[in-house]
Amino acid sequence: MSSEKPVMIEFRDVHKYYGDYHALRGINATIRAGEFFSLLGPSGCGKTTLLRTIAGFEGISSGAVMIGGEDMADVPANQRPTNMVFQSYAIFPHLTVAENVGFGLRKDPRTKAEKAKAVDEALGMVGLTGYGARAAHALSGGQRQRVALARALILKPKVLLLDEPLSALDKKMREQMQVELIKLQRQVGITFILVTHDQEEALVMSDRIAVMFEGQIAQLADPETLYRRPASRKVADFIGTMNFLPAKILSEAGGKVEVEAQGFGKMTLNADQVMSAEGAAGGATVGFRPETLTILFDGQATAEQHCDAVVEEVVYYGDMTYYDIKIQGCDSAVRLSMRNVFGRPVLEIGTKTRVAWSAGALVLFR
Amino acid sequence: MAQSAASQPSLPARAAPKRRSEAVNGLLMVSPTALYALLLLAAPLVTIFTYSFLTDGYLTVELTPTLGSYVEAWTNEVYRVVMLRSLGVAMAVTLVTVVLAFPIAYYVSFYVDPSRKSLWLFLITIPFWTSYLIRVFLWKVILGFNGVVNSGLMGLGLIDEPLTFLLYNTNSIVITLAHAYAPFAILPIFVALEKIDRSFLEAGRDLGESSFVTFLRVTLPLAMPGVISAVMIVFIPTIGDYVTPHLVGGPEGKMVANLVQVLYLKLDNYPLGSALAVSSMLLVGLVLMMAAMQLAIFGYVFKRIAGTTPLILAIFTALAAAQALLLLVVVLWLITDSAVLTVSLGAALHAVALVALRRKRSAL
Amino acid sequence: MKGGWFRIYAYGFLLFLYAPILLLPIFAFNDGAIVAFPLAGFTTKWFEQLWVEPALHQALKNSLIIAVSASILSTCLGIFAARASTRYNFPLRGGIIGMIMLPLVLPEIILAIALLVVLLGIGIPLSIYTVILGHVLVCTPFSIAVLTAAFQSLDKSLEEAAYDLGETPASTFRLIILPLVTPGIISSLLMTFTISLDEFLMAFFLAGTEPTLPVYIFSQFRFPKSVPVVLALGTVLVVASIILLTIAEYFRRRGIAKTGGKDTGGFL
Repeated sequence: MSSEKPVMIEFRDVHKYYGDYHALRGINATIRAGEFFSLLGPSGCGKTTLLRTIAGFEGISSGAVMIGGEDMADVPANQRPTNMVFQSYAIFPHLTVAENVGFGLRKDPRTKAEKAKAVDEALGMVGLTGYGARAAHALSGGQRQRVALARALILKPKVLLLDEPLSALDKKMREQMQVELIKLQRQVGITFILVTHDQEEALVMSDRIAVMFEGQIAQLADPETLYRRPASRKVADFIGTMNFLPAKILSEAGGKVEVEAQGFGKMTLNADQVMSAEGAAGGATVGFRPETLTILFDGQATAEQHCDAVVEEVVYYGDMTYYDIKIQGCDSAVRLSMRNVFGRPVLEIGTKTRVAWSAGALVLFR
Repeated sequence: MAQSAASQPSLPARAAPKRRSEAVNGLLMVSPTALYALLLLAAPLVTIFTYSFLTDGYLTVELTPTLGSYVEAWTNEVYRVVMLRSLGVAMAVTLVTVVLAFPIAYYVSFYVDPSRKSLWLFLITIPFWTSYLIRVFLWKVILGFNGVVNSGLMGLGLIDEPLTFLLYNTNSIVITLAHAYAPFAILPIFVALEKIDRSFLEAGRDLGESSFVTFLRVTLPLAMPGVISAVMIVFIPTIGDYVTPHLVGGPEGKMVANLVQVLYLKLDNYPLGSALAVSSMLLVGLVLMMAAMQLAIFGYVFKRIAGTTPLILAIFTALAAAQALLLLVVVLWLITDSAVLTVSLGAALHAVALVALRRKRSAL
Repeated sequence: MKGGWFRIYAYGFLLFLYAPILLLPIFAFNDGAIVAFPLAGFTTKWFEQLWVEPALHQALKNSLIIAVSASILSTCLGIFAARASTRYNFPLRGGIIGMIMLPLVLPEIILAIALLVVLLGIGIPLSIYTVILGHVLVCTPFSIAVLTAAFQSLDKSLEEAAYDLGETPASTFRLIILPLVTPGIISSLLMTFTISLDEFLMAFFLAGTEPTLPVYIFSQFRFPKSVPVVLALGTVLVVASIILLTIAEYFRRRGIAKTGGKDTGGFL
């Protein structure tokens, strides 16, 4: 478990002002050694600013940033045990690949041959063996990314900071690099902190994710908890797709909440399913992910709860089909997704069907 | 956790970072250049500004403050004619240069292949960097009595004897200066045109506008910042040009700079020379300011024309007309003489226009 | 045809722009003492006379000393200002840079008399040194224009990356920034050299008894018989400045290509 590992980074009530603008509003969090940690949020939420306070490129207005138990207030960026992979990669265009990778070794006391060996090792680690003599400006986007990684990792930092490192790559390349980054992180065992606005990327890669809105951490959790039990409507809205149905709270007793949701009827939810309604207007709602609803094809039986519905829209994705369905008794349609298993038909608009659901997959926002 | 953080004594100190601030770094970095400009540009400019208010003594400048130099500069027929001529030449040069430059900038920006744009710009700028004096002198050769134009026209049998209105008058000054300042006008307009998102134009065409209307409604307004800088960068220096009037202007073509040179180097009358220099800059400033006001008011009327009431529209049209009238009055004053009336009328009109514009802007 | 009438107009305009420069060699090689048509035959004697004019040689020497000093000084000042304005936000930035760039628009006569009055007032005798002072003032804005483009195309994260990898601000400047803006610096040196070599009015007011090349040329215009020699000299100067500017342009473009920036074209 990650909680057994020592604390690598600790934010203590970090505030950051740009003039009157309050960019970071009291960040408190700990990141453990060897963790793959993501800062996720929409643009302008402060995630990059927070990352740059770790690197030392941004000072903080109050609070403290600790790395390895040491307050970083008086440690400039060039003396911190962190290295960064920049969004633009910041490959030095006038140097070769090897000179770029070996840039940080300039003051290293090792011999030239030893340094060259370290450069080769670093290039091998990112799959660029033999590229050392190439001019940096002749590289493709993916190769630049790898050079930036090798250049940062060669210094064996305690923490590697990645500022939207995959945003400039195309979809295929991005997915490939996601997997490679995970493997690389396991291999070197360094703490990785990734900034991204792509929730899928964060879910795929991270051990833990901090979701940020407007300079604050809205939820800090592992990907599964974040996805299944979003702490607020806002987080739920930001991560994946979630359906919301108006609900009425009937009674609360002994940690259980009895709720009546539109279309679904009465149900009993556990305390861990009750979340904040922050970010939503109006009363309480129940939320559920598209894949937690299942269409019951003709004759299929279920032990779960179910209700009648009509298909209103069909979006075919190849591996998946998304349906917008109207559950009987509901004001608006909800979205559900079905995997296109072989032999399973794709329903047409207007089809009357039944859908199964389970109270355990629901979340109540109030 | 929270308690241990609160107990750290160093926390409040961190509010003031120990590193030098960006502002200090920036000021330190710019200081050598800024200091140079301050000592050798700003200070001298302030000095001649001060001189213009002092009294001219024999070979010295006396420290008695006076407006005498300005009175002399603005009332003596000799100086007033020259100032008026300089203003007229500068305005004509600006108009000719900008009008001639726009199609070139448009061509290079819209029709030239992107890979060849730099080459075109380079070709356009080269003449500007090569021997200014000799270029001006060659215009004398081109426009002169036995010049290229005259011998060419006579060779073609179009004229029987050389044209004499080509050289040694304001025409030749305007032609020569328009030639010299062409790159200065082309480049800013080109930069502005380059910034226009080509999809705007396609959108204009797509919405059914003709290409000419698209040009008027989309391209021209978006190119205005470039046109404005072109006007400034041509208008301000040309009013003070020395070489061109000296070489191709003839005895009737002297401009402010020639007078300033004579007053300074030959007559040793620093206050009057300074007053003339300051006055010419004031004149430039006044004309530019009025042009800017006109543009602002017309632009405002143009933008608001859809959702505004007839009354407001009428007020702004009236203001624009008043501005135009003011310009006319200033020019008239330069020719006739009724300083007091003009200045008070001008100041009043400007004040009214400004206040009204502010009010309406915040109201709407 | 692409551009239609615009294209024809553009070529016509280029002809207008180049007309004086094209005429220059025609009269420089014309075997006639009067600069007018019709032409009188081919000669190189005006060029030969350039070798035997001691006053011209002195003027050339003065001009070269001034141009070399002014280009180095103004480029140094340009580096400071361009770096400051592209990298830092500081109070009054617009005003300070505006003041430094002022000579770009202000009539030269005003700069020249202002400087003259102050120099004479302090009691500094006019010499090539005073011309250098004036030329630095005129050249610096152009240098800043070229160098700002060079510094602007530098990605700020390059600096941060070097800093992040353990370098100090000083070594970052030496190892990263300087190599990347070197083409811009060379371009600025060549351009300011050309401007200073060609500048007349400042030199006319500030040179005292040590004329520069343009001042010498200006004085020769008064004597019709020396005009053909001046045109021969002009031809040499035009060829020289076109070569210098072409090299400057080459370095400017290479600088932009090196830092991966987009060429926005032009010197200004």
